[in-house]
Amino acid sequence: MTTRLRTKPKLALYWAASCGGCEIAVLDIEEKILDVDAAFDIVFWPVALDFKVKDVEAMEDGEIDICLFNGAVRNSDNEEMAVLLRRKAKVLVAFGSCAYEGCIPALSNTTTRTATLDWVYRDSPSTINPEDVRPQERTETPLGTLRLPAFWEKVRSLDQVVDVDYYVPGCPPQAHQIWAVLETVIDILEHGKPLPPKGSVLGAGDRTCCDECARTREEKRITKFVRPHEIIPDPDKCLLDQGILCMGPATRSGCGALCVSVGMPCRGCYGPPPNSKDQGTKMVAALASVIDSKEPEEIDRILDGIVDPIGTFYRFSMATATLAGAAARRTTVDAETGDERLTP
Amino acid sequence: MTRITIDPITRLEGHGKIDIFLDDQGEVADCFFIVPELRGFEAFCVGRPVEEMPRITSRICGVCSEAHHLAAAKACDDVYHVEIPSAAKKLRELLYSAFFTGDHATHFYILGGPDFVMGPDAPPAERNILGMIHKLGIDVGKTVIGARAAAHSIVKALGGKTIHMVTSIPGGVTKGLTEEERETVVANAQRLLEFGKFTVEILNDVVLANQQYLDLILSDIYTHRFHSMGTVDANNHVNFYDGLVRVVDVDGAEIDKYHPRDYLNHVAEHVESWSYLKFPFLKQKGWHGFSDGADSGLYRATPLSRLNASDGMATPLAQAEYERFYETLTGDRSGKTPVHQTLATHWARVVEVVYAAERRMQLATDDEITSDLIRVLPTEIPTEGVGSVEAPRGTLTHHYVTDERGILQRVNLIVGTTNNHGPISMSIKKAAQGLIKRGVEVTEGVLNKIEMAFRAYDPCFACATHSLPGQMPLIVRVRAPDGTVLAEAGR
Repeated sequence: MTTRLRTKPKLALYWAASCGGCEIAVLDIEEKILDVDAAFDIVFWPVALDFKVKDVEAMEDGEIDICLFNGAVRNSDNEEMAVLLRRKAKVLVAFGSCAYEGCIPALSNTTTRTATLDWVYRDSPSTINPEDVRPQERTETPLGTLRLPAFWEKVRSLDQVVDVDYYVPGCPPQAHQIWAVLETVIDILEHGKPLPPKGSVLGAGDRTCCDECARTREEKRITKFVRPHEIIPDPDKCLLDQGILCMGPATRSGCGALCVSVGMPCRGCYGPPPNSKDQGTKMVAALASVIDSKEPEEIDRILDGIVDPIGTFYRFSMATATLAGAAARRTTVDAETGDERLTP
Repeated sequence: MTRITIDPITRLEGHGKIDIFLDDQGEVADCFFIVPELRGFEAFCVGRPVEEMPRITSRICGVCSEAHHLAAAKACDDVYHVEIPSAAKKLRELLYSAFFTGDHATHFYILGGPDFVMGPDAPPAERNILGMIHKLGIDVGKTVIGARAAAHSIVKALGGKTIHMVTSIPGGVTKGLTEEERETVVANAQRLLEFGKFTVEILNDVVLANQQYLDLILSDIYTHRFHSMGTVDANNHVNFYDGLVRVVDVDGAEIDKYHPRDYLNHVAEHVESWSYLKFPFLKQKGWHGFSDGADSGLYRATPLSRLNASDGMATPLAQAEYERFYETLTGDRSGKTPVHQTLATHWARVVEVVYAAERRMQLATDDEITSDLIRVLPTEIPTEGVGSVEAPRGTLTHHYVTDERGILQRVNLIVGTTNNHGPISMSIKKAAQGLIKRGVEVTEGVLNKIEMAFRAYDPCFACATHSLPGQMPLIVRVRAPDGTVLAEAGR
């Protein structure tokens, strides 16, 4: 159990709209988790410890030294927790791809709330729902009211909801990188090392995935794109050279090029590289320099071989994609208070 | 009317809560298990290339990402009408059996185990993995951590990553095994086989040797008569990776057996306004609300139901454990009489740990496992496909429809834990009804015993609690109708 000493810095961990992989990744630091326990007073970690939301609410503002927040903001519950933990934490870290840039759940921003709900509760072939019952924020029963959180129009990254101090990329962040981040934090708190500049990306490299990739690269001259299941690629050569769309050039280093090393192209889970805010733009720029044609029609034909450019270039960063612009905001009437409110 | 809210009980990929309504006599009038989360994968996967689904849908759950990855890969094979090489199938199943051990064993030791090792009413500060290690000895802790690492090592060798593996693709897998890598896998498999036997010993010594625990497992408040679903091989033996879906009724008679491709003729989902999660039921029985028994449409898809739905296990040690399980709980070692005690699911999980260990060793030592023929290139026009595996928490089905380029047009998923939504709700309610009585103090031990009703199902958040004190946050407030807190208990 956590030994509660007043002198130890306070650490909180929380998950919002996520898959649980970030939590498992933290546990995958294995025996070092005991070092974490020794260095920190863990004051909130719903998956592992007994503390509750009311315990967090009772804390002084800024009482938590550092909060690692994983998961995107999908519904009103997630948003309330983000606001609460921001207020209570001195340092708030967007931990993992969902909190950092939306990750896979933010592909939902390519569709609409209505389409999502219609499919799940009305149109899916296994659903039998002749009266078109839909989940409601309030359900009145003879015994009392049952409540659900509001399901927002868009998925947002943590920094689209509250101010964020640092980011840890990855889906999930790799265990050795998590430990590196925690060691840095321990150094700062125990030995007075200076804080990194606000907004820094921690637990990753400062180059691209290609720089960690063992495959041989040549002068790229792509004449045709192929999908991963359409060819058996040469095991030693760059996948992009072989026409398989690989997000390596537009992805930050840090994972160790894991996917590429087992024959699968990078999909970009470590986010954009340094000095690039938008992974899709970065990838388009990278592709522009390797397509082997000057003829506009020929270039179009080659690019048509990329079957899902938006869903590939922004596989992990749709929430923060430049093309998405400001998240569409709509006004709805609050079921409970009758007040108008903005629906993100 | 008095209301008890348990919020949050835990994180079911987010949040979960229980609303319990008490009548004027202080008895439980009704109880709602509420799942407040929806992420909408089915809608946003439309427009994506189908071959990306194993990598996209693994993000449904980072705890059982391997299950989604492989169900998606099988659906992709089906969409492209491609038969994958025999070695590829074995490599996928080898990885999957390693995943199963890691997942099941950590639930048994860290989440479910403390209730039995330390006792359901033990102080919460002791009722966790560290308390268990203290009681059973540090070697037990080392053995569990070592087994988890061995399982991870096999998953990473074959899948590329320990969380969100990447190697399955329409037509096979992109990563095979060299002889050298196989030696490491065999060594880890041997270690995990010993671990399976060790786990049976722990089960015997700590749980089954204790009459109080046997009584708890057999008690009525943790018993429901649901139908049982599970995937079986050609001999009606349990299989995690492939086979037909079989359903037996509350008395053990086969009432359904189908190829996963036909799932829409056999299962359907019901919607309630107070939960984002749907309630699957058997189509032949229909939806009759929250009831159990022969006429109910509700079924379970869990380790327990898999044993009930099968005629036995495909490997010798697991078969012996299967027979002992049924001999002890029903008096009939054949397994023809189903077990309906929810808490027996923990024991069923141990039987599956033994099977996974034996199956993994069979596959790791198979001559074909190091074959170079691990992929074929699909040549047919893609259309529609269904892929299914047994996730640790139940039958998992992915169903895709694509255009002629393999771009997704429709996606439907029925996820492991979802199968059990109705039964979990009823198990919680029955436990609450049996434990909360007028004039009886709602103690922390009472809360824990309500939790035990759903913990046995190992809902999908469970693995996340696998390495620190495995307590789920739980608070119960008893409120008067005006909202005043009359009593509060929590930990």
